[in-house]
Amino acid sequence: MRFELTPRTNASTMMRVFASVAAFITAFLIAGFVIWLMGRSPIAAFDVYVLQPLSDPWSLQELLVKATPMALIAIGLAYCFRANLWNIGAEGQYVIGAVLGSWLALRTNGTDAGFWVLPLMLVLGIIGGALWGLIPAFLKTRFGVNEILTSLMLVYVAQLILDYLVRGPWRDPKGFNFPQSVTFDPAATLPPILESGRVHYGAVFAAIAVLVTAVVLGRTLFGYRLKLTGDAPRAARFAGFSSKATTLAVFAISGGLAGLAGISEVSGQIGQLQPSISPGYGFTAITVAFLGRLNPIGILVASLVVALTFIGGESAQILLKLPLDLTQAFQGILLMCVLAADAMVSYRIRFAARGGGK
Amino acid sequence: MTIFEAILLTIVTASTPLLIASLGELVTERSGVLNLGVEGMMAMGAACSFAAAVTFDSTFLGVAAGMLAGTLMAALFALLVLGFAANQTGSGLALTILGLGLSGLIGAPFVGARRDPIAPVDIPGLSDIPVIGRLFFEQDLFVYASIVLTILVGLYLMRTRSGLTLRSIGENHTSANALGLPVWRVRFWAILFGGACSGLAGAYLALVYTRFWSPGMTAGRGWIALALVVFAAWRPGWVLVGAYIFGAATVLQLHAQAAQFGVPSQVLSAVPYVATILALLLLSIRHGRAIGAPGSLGAPFVPDR
Amino acid sequence: MKADVPPSGTPLVELKGITKRYGDLLANDGIDLSIEAGEIHALLGENGAGKSTLVKILYGVIEPSAGEIRWEGHPVTIGSPVEARALGLGMVFQHFSLFDELSVAENIAVALSHEWSLSTVRDKLAEISQTYGLALDADRAVWTLSAGERQRIEIVRCLLQNPRLLILDEPTSVLTPQEAEHLFTTLDRLSAEGCSILYISHKLEEVRRLCRRATILRAGRVVATIDPRASSAREIAALMVGTAVGEIRTDAPHHPQGETLRVSHLSMPPAGLHGQALRDINLVARAGEVVGIAGVAGNGQSELFAALSGERLADRAEAIAINGKPSGTMGIDARRRLGAAFVPEERLGHSAAPTHRLSENTLISHASAEVSRSGFILMNAAKRVARSIVQSFDVRTPEGDPQARKLSGGNLQKFVIGREIIRRPKLLIVDQPTWGVDAGAARLIRQALVDLAREGSAVVIVSQDLDELFEVADRMAVIHQGTLSSLRPIGEWTKEAVGLEMLGVAQGQGGVHAV
Repeated sequence: MRFELTPRTNASTMMRVFASVAAFITAFLIAGFVIWLMGRSPIAAFDVYVLQPLSDPWSLQELLVKATPMALIAIGLAYCFRANLWNIGAEGQYVIGAVLGSWLALRTNGTDAGFWVLPLMLVLGIIGGALWGLIPAFLKTRFGVNEILTSLMLVYVAQLILDYLVRGPWRDPKGFNFPQSVTFDPAATLPPILESGRVHYGAVFAAIAVLVTAVVLGRTLFGYRLKLTGDAPRAARFAGFSSKATTLAVFAISGGLAGLAGISEVSGQIGQLQPSISPGYGFTAITVAFLGRLNPIGILVASLVVALTFIGGESAQILLKLPLDLTQAFQGILLMCVLAADAMVSYRIRFAARGGGK
Repeated sequence: MTIFEAILLTIVTASTPLLIASLGELVTERSGVLNLGVEGMMAMGAACSFAAAVTFDSTFLGVAAGMLAGTLMAALFALLVLGFAANQTGSGLALTILGLGLSGLIGAPFVGARRDPIAPVDIPGLSDIPVIGRLFFEQDLFVYASIVLTILVGLYLMRTRSGLTLRSIGENHTSANALGLPVWRVRFWAILFGGACSGLAGAYLALVYTRFWSPGMTAGRGWIALALVVFAAWRPGWVLVGAYIFGAATVLQLHAQAAQFGVPSQVLSAVPYVATILALLLLSIRHGRAIGAPGSLGAPFVPDR
Repeated sequence: MKADVPPSGTPLVELKGITKRYGDLLANDGIDLSIEAGEIHALLGENGAGKSTLVKILYGVIEPSAGEIRWEGHPVTIGSPVEARALGLGMVFQHFSLFDELSVAENIAVALSHEWSLSTVRDKLAEISQTYGLALDADRAVWTLSAGERQRIEIVRCLLQNPRLLILDEPTSVLTPQEAEHLFTTLDRLSAEGCSILYISHKLEEVRRLCRRATILRAGRVVATIDPRASSAREIAALMVGTAVGEIRTDAPHHPQGETLRVSHLSMPPAGLHGQALRDINLVARAGEVVGIAGVAGNGQSELFAALSGERLADRAEAIAINGKPSGTMGIDARRRLGAAFVPEERLGHSAAPTHRLSENTLISHASAEVSRSGFILMNAAKRVARSIVQSFDVRTPEGDPQARKLSGGNLQKFVIGREIIRRPKLLIVDQPTWGVDAGAARLIRQALVDLAREGSAVVIVSQDLDELFEVADRMAVIHQGTLSSLRPIGEWTKEAVGLEMLGVAQGQGGVHAV
C-alpha cells in the first residue's frame, strides 16, 4: 500500500469550507469513539457537549465570553501564520498583557482615579503582550534563533512571573493567604455590554479585530506582503518586503492582540489576578486559527465552535464525570483533522497497491 | 553518601529522559522530519507507563506500554505528515495538544499512586571507586541504556549504510527520491523511533524520576529536548553533553530553592526555560545560523509522479 | 532522411506507444523509440517537447499512463529507479541528485546497492577515475565542487554499476566548452566498449558530434528519426520547432550613450554557508546596449544578481551607481524607483509566487506604482496591468487570471519579463532570461530585450547560454569564481576565449585571444 499525492490546481472556496466542516465531523466521530471506549454513551456526551449549551441562554452568553479571548488571539496568530512565522507563545503574551494591565489596576486600587484607568489598562495590556511577543521576533531577526522554541519557552517564564506576583508582592493582604490579588475597582473593570449580561466589551474588541483584519489581510499591501512572505519568501524579498520588518510587525500585532485578550479577560471576566487566568486559550487559539483557515471570518466561527467544546467540557465534567482533559484531547484531534483536510484540498490523494504501478 | 554525591546522582536521573527524548528526535530530524510533538508523546509515555506499571505491578510492562504509547502517537503524526503531506509544524503542535489531553484522561485514575524506586545496577569493582564510582557505575539500567543508545545512534548514522540513506533523505529528499531511495519508508521508521524514545523518556520520568503521575508532569521537557537537538547541531555526542548541562541546571535550581537563598522560587523554576533560550541564542551568535540542520528539515515531501 | 543504421537483431531497449497524461496535458503521446547496443542515440527536442518525461518513465521515476517497454526483446515493468538500475540502466539527470553536505564517496555509495561499502567505493572510484579520466577526491564535501566535478560524480555512480544503457539529460548545460569536449571523449569510449547511450539535448552541434541516430520529439510526439550528420542544422531545427525559426533583429542603430549602470570595485562575502564571494567586480552598462555576462553555473551569477538588484546590500553606496546615483546601499524598491528593473533566474518562487494569480503577481514589482494607493491594493488596476502584459507579450493562459504555476515555463517567463519591460525601465537586469523556455518564447523574449535596449535602455543579461549571448549582446564579460573578466565588444570574443575565461585560465588582461 502506498500513497500518491498530486497537487490540485482547482481548489475552490466551497471545497475549503466543506473540508473544514468534514474535519469537524470526523473529529466528533473520533471523540465519540474515545468516549465509547471509556464506557460512556457518545450520544449522551453529544447532548451535553453540543445540544444543551446551544439550547440554553446562559450557555450561549458563556459561549461568547469564552470565544472572545480565543478569537482575539487567533486573529493575531493569523497574521503570523500567514507569513509562515510560528508564534506559539500566545499564551505567554496573554499572561504578560494581563499582568502589565493589572499593574495599573492594582496601583490605582482604592484611589478615586477616574475613567482613564480602564483605557490605559487596555493599552498597557496590548503593549505588554506586544513586547513579550517581540522577544522571540527580535531573537529571530537579529540572531536567527528559532521562534517556535523561544516563544514557547517564554510561556513558562510568563506563567512563573504571574505566579510570583500573585503569591508575592501583589497578593491581597486581606485574602486569607490565597494566592490572588485584590478585586479590581469598578473603574478598572471592563463592563458588560448589556447591564444584566455576562458578555463584556472584549467581545466588541474581538468583533472590531475581525473586521479590521478582514480589510487588512484582504485589501491592503500589508496583507499581501504577509501572504507573499508565507507563500514565496524569496519573491517577498524580491518585492522589497524586508522579512525582518515583517517578522517584528506580525509578532507585535499577535502579541498585542493576545495581551488585549489577557487584560480583557482579567478585567472583564475574572476581576482580579490569580495564578491561573487561562484554560489554555493561547494554545487553543492555534487550533482556532487553523480551523478558521487563517481567515478572519472563519476564525470568528471557529472560535465559537471551539468555545462550545470548553463549555460542553465543563458540563460534561459535572454531568457525566468526564474529565476536562477530554476537551483538550478533542482539540488535538480536531486540529489533526483540520490539517489532514487541508491536505485533501491541496492534493489529490490516491491509494495504490505497492508495486502495482505501471 | 554525601550531599554532593546525592546531587550528582539526581543530575544523572534528571538528564536521562532529556537525553533519550532528544536522541529520538535527532534521528527523526536527521531524516528530514520535524516532529514538534515530543512533549505530547512524552506525556503519553509517562501516563501509559505509569498506568500499566501500577495495574500489572510490573516496571517492565510499564516501560513497554510507555514506548508503545509514544510509538502509536508517532504513527499518528506519520500518517499526517507523510500520508497527507500536512504541515509539520501544525501537526506537531496538534500531537502535543492531543498527547497532553489524552495523557490526562489515561492518568486520571492513577493520581496519588506511587511506585517503588528501581534498584540500581551495580557494576562490581568499578562502583567502589570514590565519588565517580557510584556516579557512573551504580545507576539504574536506563542510564546505562541511554549512554549505549547515544553511541549506537552515532554509529548508526555515521557508520552504517542504512544511516547514510537516512542522512541523505534528510539532506535532500528530492535527490533521494530521484535515486530511488525509500523516502517515505525511512521517514516512517525514523518518526516511530523518535516516538518510541519519547515514550521511553516519559516512562522514565514517571517510573524512576518522580515515581508518581500528575497531569502536565512533563513540564516542557519535550520542548527542551527539541531545543537540545538544535543546540547539539544534530550530533548525538553533543546531545549527551547538552542533556547533562540541562539536567544539572534543573537539579541545581531545585536544590537552590530548597536552600532558600532568598531568591523567589519562581525565578529558579524559570532557569531551565531561560537557559534554553540563552543556549539557542549563544549557538546562533556563534554560528550565524543553525549549523548542521538537515537540508530538507520540515519541508513536506510530494514527489512528482 | 531515414537513419542509415538498420536495426540489426534485437535492440537493447524498445519503447512502444509510451503515453503520459497529466490532466488535460499529454506530455508523451504514443512514443516509439529503439536503441541498439553500443549506439549513442540522441533524443532531440525543444523545452517542453516531452524528453524529460520520457526518460523519467524509462528510468522508473514516473509511471507511464500507457505503453510498453521491452528490454532485449522482453517486456519489462520498471517501477522504480532501483529496478531500472538492476536492469542495467544508469541515468545522469540534468538536475543532479546530490547531497551537498555529504562526501563524494558517500554520495556515490548511497546510490549503489547494499553490497557496496564505503571502502570498496573508494577503491573503485580511484580505478574508474583513472580509466576514464574522471578525477574526483573521495573525501571532499560535494558543496565544494564545481558543476563539472558534480557531474562526474553522477557519471561515476552509473559506471560503477556497469550499465548497459547510460542516459544523459542535457549534460553540457553546466559545462564549459572544454569540459564538454572532455565528456564527449568519455562517451565515445564507453560506446566503443559496448555501452549504449541515450543523449538528450537541444543543441544540434553536440548531437552531430556524437550521434548517428537521433529521435526528434515535438509536443510529446516523435516527429522523425534521422541521421543528424546527414541533415542540415536548419532541417533539424525545423523538425524540432515545427516552423522555421526566425533570427533576432539586432541590426537597429546602436549608439550607446550615458552610463546607466556603473559597478566599481564591488566585493561581497558569500551569503550562505556554500555561497560564492564576489571579488572586485567592475562593469559599465550604457543606455542603448545589451551587456552579456557569461559563465558556468555557480560562479557567482546569482550573487551578482542579488548585489545588483539590492536583495543584498553592498557596504559602500558608490559600489553601484544607477543613473549616476550611488545606490549600493539602497534596497530593491529604491533601486526600482531610480528606474531599474530586475528578473531573477528562478521563476517559481522568486520572480513570481506560484500559487498567486497573475494580477497578484503584478504587485511584486509594481507595488510602489499604479496598482496600490496609500497602502490599499487597487485590484482592478492590477488586473488591468496583468491583462496588458498578457496581451503585449503573447502570454498563453489557460484562463483569464490564472495562478502563476498553471503557466508553462515559457509563458510565465514572458509574463515576468513583460511585467518589467512594461514599466519602461532605464535599466533591466535579467538572470537566465530563456532558461527552460521553448524556442518560440525564447525568441520573443530575446527580441523584447534587444528592442528595449534599442529604445534607449541599458540591458544586462546574465546567461549560461553562450549562443544566446553571442546572438543578442553588444558587449560581454565572463564571470569565474566571483571575478568578472574585462568587458569587450562581442565581435572580439570567440567561444574558445570564453571557455578559457570560464576555466579561469585566460592569460592576463592583455589582448583578446585571437582564433
